Amino acid sequence: MLQSDFTAAILDPTAPIPSGMVDPKGRPAGKRFNVYRNNLAASLTDALETGFPVLLKLLGEKSFKTLALIFSRTHPPTSRALSQYGAAMPAFLEEFQPLAAYPYLADIARLELAIRRSYHAADADPLNAAGMDPDTLMELTPVLAPATQIVTSPYPIHGIWRRNTQTDAPKPQPTAETVMITRPEFDPIPHLLPAGGTAFARALDGRTTIALALERSIEAEPGIDLAPLLTLFLTSGALTFQKGPDQ
Amino acid sequence: MYDLAQDNRLPQLAGIGYKPQHFQSLISAPGAVSWLEIHAENYMGGGGRPLAQLRALADRFPISVHGVGLSIGGEGPLDPDHLARLKHLCDWLNPASFSEHLAWSTHGDTYLNDLLPLPYTEATLARVCAHIDEVQEVLGRPMLLENPSTYLAFAESTMDEVTFLSEIAKRTGCGLLLDVNNVFVSATNQSWDPVAYIDAFPLAQVGEIHLGGHDEDEDEHGAPLLIDSHGREVVDPVWALYTHTIARGGAKPTLIEWDNNVPDFPVLEAEAARADMILQPALV
Repeated sequence: MLQSDFTAAILDPTAPIPSGMVDPKGRPAGKRFNVYRNNLAASLTDALETGFPVLLKLLGEKSFKTLALIFSRTHPPTSRALSQYGAAMPAFLEEFQPLAAYPYLADIARLELAIRRSYHAADADPLNAAGMDPDTLMELTPVLAPATQIVTSPYPIHGIWRRNTQTDAPKPQPTAETVMITRPEFDPIPHLLPAGGTAFARALDGRTTIALALERSIEAEPGIDLAPLLTLFLTSGALTFQKGPDQ
Repeated sequence: MYDLAQDNRLPQLAGIGYKPQHFQSLISAPGAVSWLEIHAENYMGGGGRPLAQLRALADRFPISVHGVGLSIGGEGPLDPDHLARLKHLCDWLNPASFSEHLAWSTHGDTYLNDLLPLPYTEATLARVCAHIDEVQEVLGRPMLLENPSTYLAFAESTMDEVTFLSEIAKRTGCGLLLDVNNVFVSATNQSWDPVAYIDAFPLAQVGEIHLGGHDEDEDEHGAPLLIDSHGREVVDPVWALYTHTIARGGAKPTLIEWDNNVPDFPVLEAEAARADMILQPALV
């Protein structure tokens, strides 16, 4: 038995079952081989349902299972850690003709992948600005915490996410939205990031002061209201300090 | 040779496969649960709740790290990155035991997320032994190798499963993880005698036992086909086979595996208590 033949046959239910695999009486394995096909399809569908709960809710269980089966056969995992399985889903959805009328689905998949990355990201001590005088604060040079993730979309992805995860959420409005996910302790929280917020976040590289990063956000979005932006970053656990090599 | 007393710090009592929804129960009232087993691949992230919970549990329970993705039976070389992640986890946690499977799960860059079977020949024996040597060398500790549940046989096999596993233990010095449900499933599917399998098994090398539930199906000829689903209680014939195993080989750390349709904690705890009832007389 060549494992390449076994692999090809397990991923393609229409492929012939490789020879040399038998039942106790020496007959071809037949249905016995299908146990391995079924195990793979069921376990990967489970992993995708766990990993994309909002996509599942948007598509419904039946359509999601169909999508999961097609996706898993053409994009089997490449890593043993299934917590990131489905990284190819956004690009797959963009090309997937039957769902072409719902172009926001790919960005919802991106958002859900980012939430998973945030959940598993390294821990970091959040920047605590409580009681700090504003001048000192402005001179700090923090970085984004490892669990902080930003997803930008031409669609209202924060509104769609809320609508499908919270009971009292309003109907999403047709507008472009950027989401910043932060993880104050263990549970990732998606926040709506105001325009200009991305420029502020991207500027924070460990050498740039908060004051300078705020200037970058004004350049990107001249009308920006800085106070709520800064409050969001300082109270959500978004920021931390880069550790030196010997810390 | 694997030395049960020296190489394995799991108690000779019942443990369960850890599921995050049971965290609070385990911390407040673990009952008959004396140790925990985790799947290594679920704890390879950078941080967050999984690692924080694991650290808290490791302060209270002996932990067994059980790998499902090393692909020891694979035709290709072991993935050095995956092996490095395993080493990182074992160095951080210093678990009471590390185990993996007699199976393969990767081909090239593709990970098939299942424990796939291999023929038992001199060539596959040499390959598996080389991989186990490498694992034990990198991790700096002896490992346990688990017998698989199988649904089909390979015409090219030249030795039976017990001979194959015994030879691996002899050549590599690894211990064995005896999954009694897998013995029952494979014996039914392959028309073997499960008691004869246990009687031939090198029980002195067994550092851990697994018990789990299976589903019943049949093949296209109407022959029974048992599926190792880990989704329900251990059935009575498997308990009987387990009792026979303990009577013959003595008390062993025993894991209740329940990975799908995971029940509330009391159901799992009751299964652990049942295993303890069988283990207790063998401890004295």
